[in-house]
Amino acid sequence: MIDVRQVTRYFGRVKAVDQVSFQVEKGEILGFLGPNAAGKTTTMRILTTFLPATKGTATVAGYDVHLKSMEVRKRIGYMPENPPLYTEMRVRDFIDFVASIKGVDPRDRKRAVAETMDKTGVAHVSNRVIKTLSKGYKQRVGLAQALVHNPDVLILDEPTVGLDPKQIIEVRELIKSLGGNHTIILSTHILPEVSMTCERVVIINAGRVVAEDKPENLTRHLTASQRISVAVKGPKQDVQSKLSALSSVSQVIPSQSGDDASVHRFLLESLAENEIRPQVARAVIENGWDLFEMKPEGLSLEDVFLHLTTKEEGTEL
Amino acid sequence: MRNYWTIVTRELKSYFSSPVAYVVIGLFLLISGVFYYLIVTNFVQVCMRADMQAQMYRMAPPKLNINMMAIRPLFHNMSLFALFFLPLVTMRLYADEKRSGTIELLLTSPVSNLQHLAGKFTAAAVLYLLMLIFSFVYMILLYIFGSPETGPILTGYLGLYLLGLSYLSFGLFFSTLTDNQLIAAIATMVFILFFWAIGWLSGSVSPALGQALEQFSLIEHFDDFSKGIFDTQHVIFYLSFVVMGLFLSFISIESARWRGR
Ligand SMILES: Nc1ncnc2c1ncn2[C@@H]1O[C@H](COP(=O)(O)OP(=O)(O)O)[C@@H](O)[C@H]1O
Ligand SMILES: [Mg+2]
Repeated sequence: MIDVRQVTRYFGRVKAVDQVSFQVEKGEILGFLGPNAAGKTTTMRILTTFLPATKGTATVAGYDVHLKSMEVRKRIGYMPENPPLYTEMRVRDFIDFVASIKGVDPRDRKRAVAETMDKTGVAHVSNRVIKTLSKGYKQRVGLAQALVHNPDVLILDEPTVGLDPKQIIEVRELIKSLGGNHTIILSTHILPEVSMTCERVVIINAGRVVAEDKPENLTRHLTASQRISVAVKGPKQDVQSKLSALSSVSQVIPSQSGDDASVHRFLLESLAENEIRPQVARAVIENGWDLFEMKPEGLSLEDVFLHLTTKEEGTEL
Repeated sequence: MRNYWTIVTRELKSYFSSPVAYVVIGLFLLISGVFYYLIVTNFVQVCMRADMQAQMYRMAPPKLNINMMAIRPLFHNMSLFALFFLPLVTMRLYADEKRSGTIELLLTSPVSNLQHLAGKFTAAAVLYLLMLIFSFVYMILLYIFGSPETGPILTGYLGLYLLGLSYLSFGLFFSTLTDNQLIAAIATMVFILFFWAIGWLSGSVSPALGQALEQFSLIEHFDDFSKGIFDTQHVIFYLSFVVMGLFLSFISIESARWRGR
């Protein structure tokens, strides 16, 4: 449904997005996770045709965002970081206006507007002037404007930012209920948010995609306080089981071996803050194997996580 | 086409759901009214004095022309007031969308840049038309107390409208350049004043250059209208000005995409 290929965007000299590629399947909810200034908003603006990419291509529902931008626009609902609201308008009039410019058939418009207001829970404030609404309700009106034309794709830029815990839960429930019917990309800098709402996560940092995985796996990366890779010469099964048995090692993942078939590589993770290297080294020696290499492993994700918001006040994980 | 009308309607509603339209129309009418009063009372005094002199010297009272002596200066005054009020009408059109972020909705909807540009311009032009229609009351009063010629009044209004459209189209342009309404309005006023005053320079430069400058002066082209002369040359001048402003606005919106807005 969404296909992003090698998209790069410069602002003057600043490279805001650097060769970003990812795909989103129909009906999937993709989390777009990254700290501030990672390039989330810029990527989303490229997908919504608001900004052109400097290099690379992206297609939404099979249409190129640059060459067929009008076709793309008909099929996306976009909620920017600040909900785009004409605050002097009444809720109903505003949604109706959006339905009209999004190309909803005039005969269906009234029904579409009413349904959307029901779905987003703003029906009972439909005659209120938007500027008199609370932040939470403004956010819902923002969602309503993204939904009113029943788009294939929803692009939501930090949809829960600035809401109170109760509102956050409500908005997340709403988004989850939209998955399946819509393909959704949701950006956030809050780690627990992706595990709660998304099926898959793309992590972006300093404009680059640094990881792509299921949320469960990310949480595991996060709780592992140390990861090392070791290369050991010895019987593979035996090595793996013995290393797993060590008290401070939580997981042993075999990784690809080098040229020498008898030397096996493993990725070890520790749960607590224990230093596992001495223990591992001792185990290898005591079992009569040869230790070829031992080094701390790819901590780039951790650097990213350091800058993410990993805890939330008041909401359940 | 439907998108165009949707934008026009929304913009017009927006004018009237905030104080902008009422304040701009109200102040324009008020200030025009004050000058109308001053000009007309002055004209009446001049007439009375002329009558008295005529009686003193036992001559027929002179026929003083209300079109030349009252209506024409009034048009000139109104063209100046429009210079200060119309930038207030256009300043929010894009600047406010940028400030509030609604520009992201507008530019990610299947509405072409030409459609929203034309829609916004039309809304401003309609508001200005309303301003002029209200001010027409002053002219009607003149018919009650005197007998002005209708021709010059009509050409005067036509000129005033075309002149105002030029202001509006450049006001729209300056509104695309910034997210600050005040800056948009001030830039517009300075720009228009420059094109107003460019004719005044003509005296102090070489005759050839002076003539060229006069050709570009917004107000030079208005003079004939206020005298009751309809010349397509002037109509074409103002329409070119309008098209120029709209074209620059279009370029500005398109290029902002690449710059990063
Ligand atoms: N319009 C712009 N002009 C110049 N620089 C920009 C613009 N938009 C974003 N940037 C820069 O691009 C980088 C990524 O920004 P952004 O996409 O907003 O990140 P995020 O949404 O992940 O916080 C930042 O360094 C930001 O300063
Ligand atoms: Mg952002």
